[in-house]
Amino acid sequence: MVGEDVKLSVRDLSISYDGQPALSGVSLDVHEHEIFGIIGPAGSGKTSFLRTLNRMEMLQNNMTVEGSIVFDGHDISKIKNVFALRRRIGVVFPLPVGLPLSIYDNVALAPRLSGIKKKAALDEIVERCLRRAALWDEVKDRLTALGSMLSGGQQQRLTIARALSQDPELLLLDEFSIAVDPVTTMRIEDVLKELKEEVTIILVTNLVQQARRLADRTAFFLSGELIEIGDTEALFNGEVKDQRTSDYLEGRFG
Amino acid sequence: MNHSDAGQAMEPLMFSATNLNAHNRRLQWLFRVLFGLMTLILVIPVGVILTVLVVRGGPAISMEFLFSHPSDGMTAGGIFPALIGTMWLVAVALIASVPVGVAAAVYLSEYAPDNWLTRGINLAIINLAGVPSIVHALFGLGAFVIFAGFGTSILAASLTLAVMTLPVVIVATRESLQAVPLAFREACWNMGATRWQTIRTVVLPNAISGILTGVILEVSRTAGETAPIMFTGAAFFFPFLPLSVFDQTMAMSMHLFVISTAVPGVPDELKYGTALTLITLVLFMNAISITFRSYLRGKKKW
Repeated sequence: MVGEDVKLSVRDLSISYDGQPALSGVSLDVHEHEIFGIIGPAGSGKTSFLRTLNRMEMLQNNMTVEGSIVFDGHDISKIKNVFALRRRIGVVFPLPVGLPLSIYDNVALAPRLSGIKKKAALDEIVERCLRRAALWDEVKDRLTALGSMLSGGQQQRLTIARALSQDPELLLLDEFSIAVDPVTTMRIEDVLKELKEEVTIILVTNLVQQARRLADRTAFFLSGELIEIGDTEALFNGEVKDQRTSDYLEGRFG
Repeated sequence: MNHSDAGQAMEPLMFSATNLNAHNRRLQWLFRVLFGLMTLILVIPVGVILTVLVVRGGPAISMEFLFSHPSDGMTAGGIFPALIGTMWLVAVALIASVPVGVAAAVYLSEYAPDNWLTRGINLAIINLAGVPSIVHALFGLGAFVIFAGFGTSILAASLTLAVMTLPVVIVATRESLQAVPLAFREACWNMGATRWQTIRTVVLPNAISGILTGVILEVSRTAGETAPIMFTGAAFFFPFLPLSVFDQTMAMSMHLFVISTAVPGVPDELKYGTALTLITLVLFMNAISITFRSYLRGKKKW
């Protein structure tokens, strides 16, 4: 059952790049321990939305953000220590990023940077995260091999293991299956269903059926606007308020 | 065999050469030969220089030549003080310029905002690389020898060389930092790493081979330059080994210039031998860094 506690509350969020609007006036709530799906065609502002949630816009000086984002009761625009915020939010990108470090170091990097030094503690984190990302069995005998030399699907699971290495409360997945084969995709999807017990997940996807399989609720973005949010099953059963949503869901465009 | 014979006899029309195909093939051949010739022309001077030096200077090289002082008004004897002096100059110049150059490049590539000031600094660095070496020499004379009070010394000469070669290190370092994919940095930032943590763990380790390339280029230039050290630290004739950075010194490049132009009656053998030693020294130092670099390159991959 989906918890009703609000984990993330977004109000009137607008994003623009050099004055070009990418997202306008988005308001939505993400509940604790749900998978919140975001679907929409390319250029609808999904990725920009994710980037603002952990203040990555700070690193991109042509990006302007207005509106408020409240995470766990804190307005994130007022958080001075953005590094602490980012440690509580895990991110997985569309293309897998295996850092050119060993598999072990890829997962141990973030805990090390936040001050964990004991080998035993790191060993435990590495094994737990790789197991949760369904990668442990494939790599346990070669943890010193380069993470960047794994196959694409393995690198993406490595990226997920890394994102989990600091026990995030919120996991952002941006079209994670774009460079991954269908079998790996299904394995990762199973992982996400289990993770839901502990973590709140926002899943941006351009695969409508993936949202249907995974998301408790789904939001539809189109050209920088939030068209509608609904219970995923209800949306797919035709309970839509906007014609454009049903057109997109049924594959008439996008 | 039968199979391919039959194939040739009955070659279908779609695979036979049209006029356009033949024209393209001729062009392709022409450009291949043309560019190949250009490459050959490029290599010829290097080959000729090395051959002449080895043939004419080779006989001069001996343990005595390398390890004894010049004598008889520099018309006989060896080059030991100049050899040691060049090593001093290169070492002190590297110690002065590599940390500054790498740090500046890291700042410009990783921290600096993209604004007019940064662009101005980048432009200034490129212009610094274009300043003639004699101007650097006069700058070094004014700034280090006279104003800073180092006198004509290894320190003043090396700092002049360091200023002159800084752009090489900065540009090479910056290029190699920017060759590290942005995705690596973003992955680190998303984990809550600070910029410095990201630079230390992911960016610098993967840029190190490019940085070494810059250092290699710098070594070659530093060892070979004559003008910048002429007024700042290199002596015409100083038959002692330098004991500290405040001593004057002889240097290979300066020594070669002196025995070739200023001293009458120096046997040609000596001149060619000196040139050969200088070029061998540079190639030797390059070889060390290249070996080290390929070792690092073999280790790091993505």
